[in-house]
Amino acid sequence: MIALKQILAILRKDILLELRSKDIIVSMCVFAFIVVIVFNFTFDPTTQQIKISAPGILWVALLFSGNIGLSRSFAREQENSMMQGVLLCPVDRSLIYIAKVIGNVIFMTIVQLIILPVMVILLDLSIGHVLPQLLVVLFLGTLGFAGIGTLFSTISANTKSREVMLPILLFPVSVPVILSATKSTAYLLSGKDIGQSLSWIKLLVGFDVIFLVICFLLYEYVIEE
Amino acid sequence: MITAQNIRKSFGHAHALKGVNFHIKKGEYVSLLGINGAGKTTLIRIISALTKPTEGNIIVSGVPLKKNPNLIRRLIGVMSHFTFLYGDMSAEENLKFYGNMYNVPDLHDKIDQLLVKVNLNTRRYDLVRTFSRGMQQRLSLARAILHDPHILLLDEPFAGLDVNAEKLLTDLIHDYVSGGMTILLTTHDINYALRHSQRIFVLKEGELVKDDVSGALTRNEIAELLSV
Repeated sequence: MIALKQILAILRKDILLELRSKDIIVSMCVFAFIVVIVFNFTFDPTTQQIKISAPGILWVALLFSGNIGLSRSFAREQENSMMQGVLLCPVDRSLIYIAKVIGNVIFMTIVQLIILPVMVILLDLSIGHVLPQLLVVLFLGTLGFAGIGTLFSTISANTKSREVMLPILLFPVSVPVILSATKSTAYLLSGKDIGQSLSWIKLLVGFDVIFLVICFLLYEYVIEE
Repeated sequence: MITAQNIRKSFGHAHALKGVNFHIKKGEYVSLLGINGAGKTTLIRIISALTKPTEGNIIVSGVPLKKNPNLIRRLIGVMSHFTFLYGDMSAEENLKFYGNMYNVPDLHDKIDQLLVKVNLNTRRYDLVRTFSRGMQQRLSLARAILHDPHILLLDEPFAGLDVNAEKLLTDLIHDYVSGGMTILLTTHDINYALRHSQRIFVLKEGELVKDDVSGALTRNEIAELLSV
């Protein structure tokens, strides 16, 4: 019960700070929007080419904007050594990890809910028939990415060049999650091999579980000196 | 109350603490003096379970730090030159956050009492970034004692404060000293330490070179020890 109270306290605090500053969601949205616009100008939306590229465009926009969000969320804790204040509290470090992952998933999901309709309109996609499945894939991909990203943003926050370190550390490790999420999305959006997407979704769930458990166990050693 | 047994801390080849031993009794007000880089903050960080010592052990109220760091974190309040307050949250929101982290019972009443005590009740809904440095430090003291700790660790709490703000904070700290709270204060200010504390530790290059309980130590002797 106390653990739940502590998780909710951190989560509430992160959401409140974001509502006041809006620096994470706005910067993520702007970046994702620019990516979609650039691809929209590059490809002709009426051709088949855009349909094939759409899953890649979607995940490039979401992952790179997610990287910005992850970097910002921990940079805020480093200002004025705020994280030390949290670490002084009698809270298991793994609970801080859980709260941070939930917060990052919420911020990234809000960006997805804004960017997805924009992308559907600009790239002339039809997703109505697979929308529930697509939302599940987006959630699972985001969960895995945020799970790994929260650990690595904590590591990179303690380095001098954290903006550079985070993507260098994060993207190679996230490849299994990114690959499964992109493939699942591709099969769903193609409208042909929806059954095939199921095997990729299962793989995505598996990677999510593995990464979340590993990161949960490692977090205590990463956040403490 | 606090026992340090052969505390050593190294950062690579640099030795911040070289075998520090002491015992602080319940209700004692101890000042820890030392120049920059003497290891004062490292020692405070180890006692408050923020950093693990390379060697040695800290025992607080009979509980070894290695065995139950969360129990020790509950017994200790820490106030430093960093306020650990979120600038984009109000005074009340900051205390509510920390109160929930410490699972403080009757949190609303406790926050009301503390905000009155640190004379910030009228500013409770204002964002902390609009506060002066002195107000932020008073709120930081309220944050540090919100969970009724047995021990208060003060790491250069007067840094950047003007004379009035320092006096106000000193009076508040003295209220807790007379209430029986154990206090360990780190400072550069020899006069302040001599005036207010019952016992003085002098830390030099990671070693505890003096532990004065008698109060016989003079300013010049301390300055000499510190090579100021």
